[in-house]
Amino acid sequence: MIAEARPGAVGKPGVSGDASAARAGAASRLPATGVPARGWHAVAIVAGAAFTFALIVVPLLLVFYEAFAGGGSAIARAFGDAYAQSAIVLSLEVAAVTVVFTTLFGLLAGWTLAMYRFPGKAILQSVIDVPLSVSPVVAGLAILLCVSERSPFGAWLLTHGIRVAFAPPGIALATIFVTFPYVSRAFSAYLRERGRELEEAAFVLGASLWQTLWRVTLPDARRALAGGILLTNARALGEFGAVSVISGHIRGLTNTIPLHIENLYNEDSFAEAFALAAGLATLTIALTALRALIDSRVAAARRE
Amino acid sequence: MFLTNAIKRDAVPGRSLALGTTLTLLTLCVIIPLAAVAATAAGMSGPALERALLSPRALAAFRLTFGASLLAAAVDVVAGTLVAWILVSFRFAGRTVLDAVVDIPFALPTAVTGIAFATLYGPNGPLGAVLLAHGIHVAYTPAGVALALTFVGFPFVVRSVGPVLAAMPREFDEAAASLGATPFGRLVSITLPLLAPAMLAGFALALARALGEYGSVVFISGNMPLRTEIVPLLIMTRLQEFDDSGAAAIAVVLLLASFLLLLGIAAIERRLIVSRVRA
Repeated sequence: MIAEARPGAVGKPGVSGDASAARAGAASRLPATGVPARGWHAVAIVAGAAFTFALIVVPLLLVFYEAFAGGGSAIARAFGDAYAQSAIVLSLEVAAVTVVFTTLFGLLAGWTLAMYRFPGKAILQSVIDVPLSVSPVVAGLAILLCVSERSPFGAWLLTHGIRVAFAPPGIALATIFVTFPYVSRAFSAYLRERGRELEEAAFVLGASLWQTLWRVTLPDARRALAGGILLTNARALGEFGAVSVISGHIRGLTNTIPLHIENLYNEDSFAEAFALAAGLATLTIALTALRALIDSRVAAARRE
Repeated sequence: MFLTNAIKRDAVPGRSLALGTTLTLLTLCVIIPLAAVAATAAGMSGPALERALLSPRALAAFRLTFGASLLAAAVDVVAGTLVAWILVSFRFAGRTVLDAVVDIPFALPTAVTGIAFATLYGPNGPLGAVLLAHGIHVAYTPAGVALALTFVGFPFVVRSVGPVLAAMPREFDEAAASLGATPFGRLVSITLPLLAPAMLAGFALALARALGEYGSVVFISGNMPLRTEIVPLLIMTRLQEFDDSGAAAIAVVLLLASFLLLLGIAAIERRLIVSRVRA
């Protein structure tokens, strides 16, 4: 119950020491108690709410105001533009590839961390979490140094006709780097919390590895997995810094939605930029909210 | 006896395969790219390294990024602790809305945050014009950088402090009150000391995020070398000049800073857990 009351950055021993729990937008669960405010408490509440409103709500409202201020024609132009559509398609493709890869890795790593004993487990966990604390620009640089035409590997790929840097594969690699730990964290935290008795029982009863994974573990952990996948998706769609380094900003070819928003903004097409921004923000906020909802379901199920 | 040992050792098969594949993917996707950054920087000559890190332009960028990040994290600690406290302690209309709003900076893509702040506080923006009329420049100044960084760091403090506040033992506070301590005295001598590790953790998390932040800042900062150029943008600029090693050297400094912060956060969290177990 104490652990229950402490979601967020202050993690459990095995998963402490990283920005992720908080960065992952840990759903908060307000205590049911709490006294009705009165007197100087009301002043504090107004001050805190006013600060939050000015810092967070006002910019968000501006995004939607500017999106609609241009009228329906600007919105139609923003979404009907061929470059915008190719950016939307590329973002969706990159997000899809990233989600598949991050989920496969997350299943594998989460399973490994939760099911086996081996030396250096804490170190492995920390290394998996490293991308959470790396600047997006540094992440993009790290991938670029490996695959650019100035690197041996990138040059070798190019001689075989495979372009990675300044092309969609590089964008996907950078996005995979920044979302790498999300599914793994959600999955392994859930499995460790509930223990490995279910799996041990399945194996003792003669189930194979695949049977156990498909019939026992995945059905049981589906909500925790869904939370990690939604977060990966939101982050992949909105990623800007890492992708900016490696994309080359080629319109119609390597522009994702956030990069296209940047282009529109810099050439003073504000109405179109904010229309796309409002669409993207709606999508990522919806994905994050859905994750918070699922998380609170997981927490409620655990309390029972 | 034999059976329990067998279960302990082999209950879940596939250890070598799972561990091996995990390590391979981790090496390919994370370790090799980061090692490439370190190797590129390590291959530089002394003078080249000095040019990359100690040129006036680089020093100005480091000063701005570290200064604005520290300022933003400090503002976040004060405001975030206040918001965590009112969320945990009181019932009031709109409490769940406020709680949800706190997480919006996590969810909003950084480019969207960036253009929103640049427009809002720009010279012609709804707030920027008003502030400008009073002689306050926000856009294209370090203040604008700090403002955007305050936004991205805010939820880290609220989500670090809130849960600790909710689980805090009430006995000391009640005892002090029964002995005649004033609300302010109790806040200073009881609540804040108990809360300090969580506030410090939130500060470090907000700082770590701010140091590497790019998208939220580049639109409002104006990106003038020596004045409003942040470190991640300088990395970007060096890359556009095909100066891979210069970019890598600066990146290594950022990486070291965030790893040191992570170690600090881990130490604070261990203390928090120990004190929780003792309690």
